[in-house]
Amino acid sequence: MSTLRAIPRRLLLSLITLWILSVIVFIGAQLLPGDVGRAILGPLADPRAVANLNHELGVDRPLLVQYWSWISHFATGDMGMSYTMRAPIAPFIATALGNSLKLAAVAFVLVVPLAIFGGVIAALNVGRPLDRIITVLGLSATVVPEFVSGIVLILIFGVWLRVLPINANWPPDAGPLTQVYYLLLPSLPLFLVLFGYIARMARAGTVEALDADYTRTAVLKGLPPRTVLWRHVLRNALLPTITVIATQVGYLIGGLVVVEVLFHYQGIGSLIYVAARSKDFPTLEAGVLTVGIIYTVATLAADVLTSMLNPRVRLGAAA
Amino acid sequence: MTPTAPWQGEMASAPDALSIRDLDVAYRVRGKVRQVLRGLSFQVGRGESYGLVGESGCGKSTVALAIVRYLARNGRVRAGRILLDGRDLLALGEADLRKLRATAVSMVYQDPGRALNPSLRVGAQVAEVFRLQGMPQAEALDRAAAMLARVQIADPSSVMGRYPHQLSGGMQQRVAIAMALAINPKLLILDEPTTGLDATVEAEVLDLIARLRGEFATSILFISHNLAVIARMCDRVGVLYAGLLVEEGGTRELFDNPRHPYTVGLLRCLPRRGRRKDHGRLDTIPGLLPPPGADIAGCVFAERCAHADEYCRAVEPPLYDLGGRASRCHYHERAPDLPRATPSDPAAPIAVDREERPVLRTQRLAKTFAAGGHAVHALSAISLELWSGETLGLVGESGSGKTTLARLLLGLIEADGGSVIELDGGQLPAAIDRRTPDQVKALQIVFQNPDSALNRSHTVRHLIGRALAKLARVPAPQQLERLLAFTRAVRLADRYLAVRPRQLSGGLKQRVAIARAFAGEPRIVVCDEPTSALDVSVQAAILNLLADLQATRRVSYVFISHDLGTVRYISDRIAVLYLGRLMELGPAEQVFRGPHHPYTEALLSAVPSLDGSVTERIRLKGDIPSAIRPPSGCVFHTRCPRKLGSICEDQEPPLIEAEAGHAIRCHIQARDLQRERPAPMPAEAPAS
Repeated sequence: MSTLRAIPRRLLLSLITLWILSVIVFIGAQLLPGDVGRAILGPLADPRAVANLNHELGVDRPLLVQYWSWISHFATGDMGMSYTMRAPIAPFIATALGNSLKLAAVAFVLVVPLAIFGGVIAALNVGRPLDRIITVLGLSATVVPEFVSGIVLILIFGVWLRVLPINANWPPDAGPLTQVYYLLLPSLPLFLVLFGYIARMARAGTVEALDADYTRTAVLKGLPPRTVLWRHVLRNALLPTITVIATQVGYLIGGLVVVEVLFHYQGIGSLIYVAARSKDFPTLEAGVLTVGIIYTVATLAADVLTSMLNPRVRLGAAA
Repeated sequence: MTPTAPWQGEMASAPDALSIRDLDVAYRVRGKVRQVLRGLSFQVGRGESYGLVGESGCGKSTVALAIVRYLARNGRVRAGRILLDGRDLLALGEADLRKLRATAVSMVYQDPGRALNPSLRVGAQVAEVFRLQGMPQAEALDRAAAMLARVQIADPSSVMGRYPHQLSGGMQQRVAIAMALAINPKLLILDEPTTGLDATVEAEVLDLIARLRGEFATSILFISHNLAVIARMCDRVGVLYAGLLVEEGGTRELFDNPRHPYTVGLLRCLPRRGRRKDHGRLDTIPGLLPPPGADIAGCVFAERCAHADEYCRAVEPPLYDLGGRASRCHYHERAPDLPRATPSDPAAPIAVDREERPVLRTQRLAKTFAAGGHAVHALSAISLELWSGETLGLVGESGSGKTTLARLLLGLIEADGGSVIELDGGQLPAAIDRRTPDQVKALQIVFQNPDSALNRSHTVRHLIGRALAKLARVPAPQQLERLLAFTRAVRLADRYLAVRPRQLSGGLKQRVAIARAFAGEPRIVVCDEPTSALDVSVQAAILNLLADLQATRRVSYVFISHDLGTVRYISDRIAVLYLGRLMELGPAEQVFRGPHHPYTEALLSAVPSLDGSVTERIRLKGDIPSAIRPPSGCVFHTRCPRKLGSICEDQEPPLIEAEAGHAIRCHIQARDLQRERPAPMPAEAPAS
């Protein structure tokens, strides 16, 4: 069965997933305690003013109407007005998303080559001390939450060694290199989380490919080890790893709340966090749904990528 | 091992292509050293084809891997020398070893689908061999195409652009052979190169190897468990048992007049020379191969040998030189008189009464699968009858619909509308969940792989007991008694009751599976390749068991196998399937003797025979067509060597009775189907 042919189906499933997510987000926001108008105007405001504001915001309408009005506008790119900032939300989301992408890109560029390299090295030394070290360290790093590793890293590099800025916000007019320099420390916790995961996949794939009959064929042809490794082993070994990596793109963009808040970085994670704290429901909903969309698209892209890379999936079986 | 310089060898005269001296190989398993090869010595002369036979676990593949120095990580050559064209292989450094692999020795092994890199195009993989010799890419590709043409790939340029998974198994193995021969090696190692391929494809690959052997000045080490394949391909044979060479000699004399009890036993296990179940039981080899690393005083085979005495158990026999051949048996001159391990006493043949109502009947049984928007006609209009106490053998290449038919009968998949399955004259619902418990009980199955059929976490007692409780509804108090009756009927010692499947050998597991299938006193047992994964000695015991159970319980079998010798032994009648159609149906002897359907004839002629007589092979063109678009008219016309003309393309021939009870679906008249020349009867069967 070709996965490519299944894409329309997957697309439909993704849309359904997103719709369910939108409902959950919407209902979740309603369940948060507190009155929107009261939250905005403060505890001392006149109840009538609160009621007026609620009416103005439309939050006194039936839930279904509110949901429909929100989701139909969202679908056209209109994310509504922020309660707290009294301005359209879309530009905020766009800026924050751009920032998050920068952070994710730095983490990604660091972790992918190093993790694959680590995994392959471990596989080539399977059962030896080097393999154990890479596997155990990678696994330990993966299970440490970002806020723990983040704080430790801030202490080491920011407070004691003073080599990296602990605030991710680069000065205005900073060039790309300076921006990367500011993003190094925030990207390290993400690196630690992903390294073990990707390295494990790369290791497993490589170990399997090294044991495969086709690798034996290649070795017995008398090919030099480098050719065997690059042409025969890695080509097959890293396919599953690529899928995992692509799936992690979703996490990298959507899962940055802790890191962004920790490093005071204006990404989409901190935008969501701030919106939740200030009961700015439209921003919260828009942010979460945007992350959901990115996650879904990344996963879908990962599947398509895997199908395209694997000739068995791409071309189907013998006619 | 005495250190030897790489090129210091037998330089006096032209050295043997391969010379193995006192080779000891051991694997380290959980800290224990297990010796797999014990002082193995043999030579493969220049241009010679040397066969190495033995059952699984005897060390055949270890020999091959030791020669190319690709032993598993935990394997080690502990002593001995391997000389390839006079060069000591074990003394080579990495670079010299690579050079040797690139120029002097190649290997082809089982399962070509896995031997080729799935993500590289075929052309690139073959060309790689030439690139390594320093050829530019364009020239390497040209040479690759030429090489593919030499292994009889019809359209090399199109095959070069494909990925391995787009080729059939036979084509894949041709590609692997092309890569191996591309360097014109001194030694070609073939390790079970045709195991797992269909008989017709196997025959083609063997033909190809035999032909190329003449073209290339290559010596061959041919490793196989299949005695008939070895008999066909090799000049000399070595019989390996527990890592020891127990007998060696010219192929003909060794198979005709074996001088070691193990070889004698192996040959007797095979259903040869048209032997059938009513001629008597097959002989077996009692006991089991000693576990690797076992410390054995005396003869390794003594435990299983009827000739063995105190002397055998105390003194290890040397390899006695018998003049041009050798046997590692103190009593080699008495070996052919080895007493039978299993008495022959033919079971009283059951009289099958075909006047009475058949126990199972199918009419217009059909199955269409939907795959990727296409209709796949897996099975079309099969009408069959099965009488009480008889065995119906199902034969055909893979993709012919054998397994689909079995699953339909069992209700594991649902037949198309209009299909009829009758049990004892009553209509049987298509799906198993709509059958009554009695109907479910009546039809049971024994699979090829007992591992996947038995729950690994349960004991044998639990597995059979549960079947008794569920199928036979035996109340708990009587269960143990019935259980013991069953395990004894399948000759499973009581001590195995508390054991879990993984602690059992393949043959014992298959016995448990058979006991489980028989627990509900079924009317019909479908046996889907029940012995294909087993060694010949174990296969013989299972076939005997099935025949005995049939004689005592009057059960009917639907017996599926790709091994025609086995089918012939156990079957009363045979159905030949091709592309989901019934091409021929008749009494086993008549199907084998002829007149045959041209397809049956081709199938029979593909089976290699142990007596080395080469029957004229009937070659089928191309691969089995796709069931999505089966050929018009007679589905076999695209490959039929005896196609008449347009009638075959336009009209599907009816199934016509050629003689009483023997029907053939062919436009050719039955009397013309019986050829002038002797019909290609496989006098003997392969060991698989």
